[in-house]
Formats: sequence, C-alpha cells, structure tokens
Amino acid sequence: MSKIVVLAKQVPDTSNIRGNAMKEDGTVNRAALPTVFNPEDLNALETALEIKDRTGREVILLTMGPLKAVEIIKQALYMGADAGYLLTDKKFAGSDTWATSYILAEAIKKIGGVDLVVAGRQAIDGDTAQVGPQVAEKLGFDQVTYVTALNEVTDTTVTVERDGEFQTEVIRARFPLLLTVTSAANTPRYPSARQMLRYFKADIKENIPAEERAEYERNGWIIPTLTFADIPGINEAHIGLKGSPTKVNAIRDIAVQGGDLKMYDPRLDGVKALVRDLMKQYVEVQS
Amino acid sequence: MSGASTNKNNFYTADRKFYLSQIDLTDIVRDLENGYTDSGPTALRSYEEAQRWYDMALRNVGDICANFIWPRAEAVDEKGASFRDGVVEWAPETKENMKVLGAAGYMGGTLPRKYGGLNMPVTVNVAIVEMVSQGDASLMNLFGLQDIAVTVYRFGSEEQKDRVLPGFCSGEVSGSMALTEPEAGSDLQAVTLKAIEKDGQWYLDGVKRFITNGSGDVSLVLARSEEGSKGGRGLSMFLYERYRDSNMIVRRIEHKLGIHGSPTCELQFNMAKAELVGQRKMGLIKYVMSLMNGARLTVSAQALGIAQASFDEAVRYANEREQFGKKIIHFPAVFQMLKKMQAEIETSRLLLYRTSLAVDYYDMYERKEHKGEDVKAPFKEAKVLADFLTPLSKFTLTELANKAAYDAIQIHGGTGYMKDFPVERLYRDARITNIYEGTTQLQVVAAIGTITSGLFFKWMEAVKEIKADELSDAKKELVRHIARFAEVTERMKKVENKDFLDYVAGHLVEVASIIYRQYLFLPVAERHAEKRELFKFFRNESEARIDHLIHQCDLAHRTYGEKISDLKNDLLKKHE
Repeated sequence: MSKIVVLAKQVPDTSNIRGNAMKEDGTVNRAALPTVFNPEDLNALETALEIKDRTGREVILLTMGPLKAVEIIKQALYMGADAGYLLTDKKFAGSDTWATSYILAEAIKKIGGVDLVVAGRQAIDGDTAQVGPQVAEKLGFDQVTYVTALNEVTDTTVTVERDGEFQTEVIRARFPLLLTVTSAANTPRYPSARQMLRYFKADIKENIPAEERAEYERNGWIIPTLTFADIPGINEAHIGLKGSPTKVNAIRDIAVQGGDLKMYDPRLDGVKALVRDLMKQYVEVQS
Repeated sequence: MSGASTNKNNFYTADRKFYLSQIDLTDIVRDLENGYTDSGPTALRSYEEAQRWYDMALRNVGDICANFIWPRAEAVDEKGASFRDGVVEWAPETKENMKVLGAAGYMGGTLPRKYGGLNMPVTVNVAIVEMVSQGDASLMNLFGLQDIAVTVYRFGSEEQKDRVLPGFCSGEVSGSMALTEPEAGSDLQAVTLKAIEKDGQWYLDGVKRFITNGSGDVSLVLARSEEGSKGGRGLSMFLYERYRDSNMIVRRIEHKLGIHGSPTCELQFNMAKAELVGQRKMGLIKYVMSLMNGARLTVSAQALGIAQASFDEAVRYANEREQFGKKIIHFPAVFQMLKKMQAEIETSRLLLYRTSLAVDYYDMYERKEHKGEDVKAPFKEAKVLADFLTPLSKFTLTELANKAAYDAIQIHGGTGYMKDFPVERLYRDARITNIYEGTTQLQVVAAIGTITSGLFFKWMEAVKEIKADELSDAKKELVRHIARFAEVTERMKKVENKDFLDYVAGHLVEVASIIYRQYLFLPVAERHAEKRELFKFFRNESEARIDHLIHQCDLAHRTYGEKISDLKNDLLKKHE
C-alpha cells in the first residue's frame, strides 16, 4: 500500500508571546520563543491518521528544520504516525518557500512509494500557504487546498470538502494527490500514553551514545535524518539562501491606516489598476 | 482542544508533581518492570526512565482533563445519562470523554501491557483518577470502573482475562460491580440474588440496585451460590457479559443529586448465564473486599479532584470579585477559608499518595507470593498498613471534598448558589463521595481497630527518627500530640460498654488523620522551605482541632461513659 507523507513545521508559539519576542533588528528572536507543532499541520496529521485508521496505510511525518525539530516528529509518533524524517542540513538554511518545497519534493521522491501528501494550509510564523501547493507542483501531483472535511477514502481516490468563499466544494480526487488542510477539518487526537512509552526514547542518531545504537536500531528508536548528501540528484543551486528567489530586505512595522474607499471595476482592467496601486504603495522593488 | 502542546491549562500542576515526587516508588517500579531485565521497544530499563515516561503520560492526561473534559462537565451534568426503552445512554459528552481517554490509552492504567494496559503503579494511576475527577467527577465513576478489570485480573481464569481485559484497556468495554440490593447496602452479607448451577452452567436470578453503570458490557455480580445459606460465606463472585447473554434487563435508572453523567441502574437478572470468578464462597470475604478497597482509594482520589476544583474556582473568584472597593480575597474571613482549604488539600494529597504507595506494596508482595517467593511477613505488614490507610484516606478526603465545595460556594456568595458557576455542581457531586463504597461512619469502623490495638502508636514511634533541624519544635509538638492521643485512647478503651468506644471512634479517627498527615508532612517541610508556611498554618489548625476532639472525648466520657445508652434511650422515648 502506498504511503502517506505529512508535511509539518516546528514554529514559534505565536499564541504565547511574552517579553523579547523580536530582536532589535526586527527579526524573530527564535531563542526566546517556545516552539510548537504548527497547528494546522496537526490537522493535516489527523487527516492522515484518519485515513490510516480506515485503510491501514503507513503515515510518515516529514519536517525540515534544526535538530530540535525532532520534537514534533516524536509528537507525531505519540499520536500514531509510523515514522518520521528530519530534513536537516546547513545547506538548507535560509530557504524560502520555493526552495523549501523543492527540498521537500525531492525528499518525498527519496522516501518513495508515496501517493498522498497532506500538509497544513499554512504555518503561523510565515502565513504564506505556499509550500503545500508548490510541493504538489514539483511532484506533479494534483492538489486540493483548504480542505475542511474528509469524507470517503477508496484505494484510488479521496473525497474531501473544500472551503470556497461562498460555497463548499465537494471534490473527489485521484491519487497521487496533495491536500492542504485547515483547522476546520478535524480535531487532532491526543497523544497516546502507550505510544509515548513506545517512542519516548526515540532520537536522532547523533544524540545516541555509540554503545546504545544497536539497541536503538533494534527497537526502532532512531529517527532518521536526511541531509543534502542523502538526497540523490538534488541541485544545490535551488536550495538555501542562494536558491531562494525571495530576499527579505528589511522588516518594518507598518501601521495600516484606513483611508478613503476606492472602487475598482471588477474586470481585468480594474484588477490591473488595483495591482498597480498596491505595488506603488506597499512593494519595494530592488534592482 | 487539540493534541497540540499549545494548551496552557494543565491539571498536572507543579503541586501534584511535587507531592508525587515525595513518594518513593523505587521498589514498586523495579518489580513491575521485572527488575528492568526486559528488552523490546516498550521495556523500561531504569527507575529514571519510568519516571520520565510517567511524567509525560501525566502531563498528557492533565492536558486532556483541563482542556477537553472540564469544558464538557457542565453539559454532562445538565444532560446526564438517560434511560429509554430499557436502554441506558451516556450523555454525548461522556461518550466523547471516554473515547478520548480510551484512545489515549488511559483505561487500563495498572493492568499489564500484554492486555493493552500501561502497567503503572497504583500511585501514578491515583493521580490520574484525581485529575479526571477534577475535570468531571461523574466521569470518574466510569473511568474508575477499571477496578473491575483489576479484580478479573487478580482472581479470574486465564481465559476470562484474555476475553475481558483487552476491551477494558482499549475503552471499548465498560463495566459495573453489581453488589448492592434493595435490602443489602452497607451490609452485603444480606445479598440474596441467587446463583444456580445446572449442568455445569451458572445462572443468576434476582435484583441488584444502585449499580453504577449497570448497563455496561461486563458486570461482576455478587450472588448467593449456596442455597439456603446466610451471611457472607454463602456468596460467590460471577462474571456476567451482556454481549454473551441477554437475560439481564435494566429496569430503571435513578435520578440523583449529583454525578449525573454516571447512570445508576436497577438490574434484573432472569436466569442470566454467568461464569464463576475464582473460588466458590470467596465472593464477599475475599474478592469484594479487594474490589472495595480499590474502589475506596479511587473514591478518595475523586474527592480530592472535587476539592481541588472547588479551591481553584474559589480562589479565582475571590481574585476577581470586588466588594467594598477591593477584591474579596483581601478580606480575612475569605482568605482564612481559602487557606484552610489549601492546607487540607495539600496535606491530604500527601496522605492519598502515601496510601496508594501502601496499596502498591501490598500488590507487589501479592505478585511476589504468586511467583512463589517467601514474603509472608512483609506482605502481612503491607496489608495491615493498606487496610488502615485506605479507610483513613476515604474518611479524610471525602469529608474534605464536601467542606471545600461548601466553602467554595460560600466564597461565591449568592452567585455560587446559582447554576452559573461550577461550584454548585461540585457541591452536589461531592455529596456522594462520603456515602458510597462505605460511608464515613463505616470508614471509622474500618480504621479504629488499628488505633485501639496500639499498632498506630507503634508506627508513630517512627516520628522520633525523623530528621528535623529546622522544624525541631514541630517534631516535639507532634510527639506531644501522639502521647496525648495515646493517653485519651487508653481511657476511652477502659469503658466496658463497647457502644461508648464506637460513640467516640469518629473523634479518635479524626485525630489519627491529623497526626498521620503531620507525620507525613514534617519531613517534607523540613526538606522544602517553601512548604513551611503552609505547614505552620496546618500545625496551628491541627493543634486547635486535636484539643477540641480530645475535649469532646473527655466530656462524653465524663458525662456518659458506661451510660452511653442513656443518650439513645432518651432519643427513643420520643422516636420509636
């Protein structure tokens, strides 16, 4: 049976900000913030686990981040995931959504045998909602975004509900497929005390004393890492800071003030005018 | 809610963690984990590892209780369990609660892992029961029915265990202990429900009443297997499974003051097929006693959960509510009530965990004996201690729950009397705890013997060994209390009319509870300076209360003594 990969991210807990959350240079002071499993990624995991409950498919968590991100893999294991991979390498650092989705897509190919990828709609630190859809594009998978309910699952298709602005769409989609899931889709389950017992010692190889590795291996307590070198055919030019078309020039506090209401004609010319005005006001283009 | 760790409320508080950490489970865990010799992915290899896992599991269930169960408690109370056309249904929120606790693996806390249980010490499970009860007291009555599974595990056949236990551990099966009947409440020797054997098959015939979750899939039924017998020795224990036989019907459920989420059923067995559990005639004298002791401990934990919820609600309200230009917590009359609650809760929590440890030791020696080890002497010792502390805990904690809920309403004032705040529910839920599984008065009967036999005072000699540099005064004071207590006990015993001792027994057991809690708390406060203020307050309260109780004994002694029956006769003159 094909595997399900859940994409997840460890993020600063923006619901719990106190004290020095921002550095003086205006970037996020990650060291000062507690980290959590990105909330909508938990909904993605729950969707995958529900499919597992119905079909017995294997669920694999995939995350990219520093070594500390192993925490969310363990959390996923406690909730019922079968395995997890930590993508971690200095070369990956600084990747924007484009480079990140490239790395994730390559890692999914490396894992192999995957015909369903489930991701949260967006992460609470970046709020872009870009990574999921870009991974689908790079894998050549169909995608359904903004999923609010999981209905039927068969061997070849899944039927989901999707949030439209004025209506709910019911979509039956064929595998291979990528879904992005919103918080409305489900209530993530609690971790299980039994799974905690099974996996609380699990860790990445680097943190395990050499003399204990054999036992860890035997008991399935080693959480595999994937580095640049582990992914065949990945192009260094497309990853990290270098491979990222998005460059953050500066971060400023902008207090948006309400002004006069301006109407645009809801046809192509009007939309072009709106984009032009927005660019003029809010977008700085560096040559 | 979610499984995410973003939830900040958690019933696994620093306090609970602190008091649990005062309990040394080293021996217990080593035995439970086979001396750490097992291998495999779920084997624990040291005490430290076990503690790490317990801590995670406690934090997880603390999250469930605070963020999933507590917010549903009001709806559970309002809707309650329902009964229609012979079918009992839990409130929808109760179903969700049980599903979540089952899925998260907590339904078989102390059962072995081979059945899907967690194989945890009783002490850790008691802390879990306490948190579940804080979330929703009525849920404990269903969650705590694990005691039934434990009884099957201890006394059932291998085949019965394999059939029944996995379902209990996963939460797919729920159960009941069907003991009481219309004419057999506290006095279970009067049970009349018949068990009839025909061609090697047992059938049950008769009525059971006040059966918590009697509608559950599996019932342990106490029945008279020896035709024509009277008393406890004619009773045996039976396993009845509804999915295998349909000749038991639920006649009705009770409308109760509290714990609405838990259905209390009247059951009618019409020659219903059942299986004998363990040995014939051991039903009451061995199995029910074991079941009952487990249930008493669980109810004590339930009571503490209610007391904690009452305190939390009261202290929060007192911090919010302003009258006469300030928050009411600043009024001495209010903070006095809160401080009393807090001191009682913390010292009683230590008593509860210490009681659980005694039960853990009892269970451990039972396992060892089962394996053929010669542990007769320590087993006996553990049993005596557990048999004393269990009723002492239930006596202490269930009365505390009532007092705490009462004061929590008092602090809320008129608002607390309304359904708008949880304290009204807590008050109703607390009321059953000092009644079922043996009333407070019966706990006194169970505990008094250890005091009058002098065993309690022998144990208390250990006070002299407590290291108390910072608190040497407190130690001296405690030694003095014990001496006074011993002296008054001796005096009460000398009265030949045994009714007199029963008359003052409640006072004596209360003194024992206070002294035992001081004995437990003294070394804790010695080691942890941050607990000394609370201990000082408790000592003051204790001293005043002990004075009062001893004085009451003395007055009764002086006024009635041998003539205690005069009091009764005076009452009967008008009311017989």
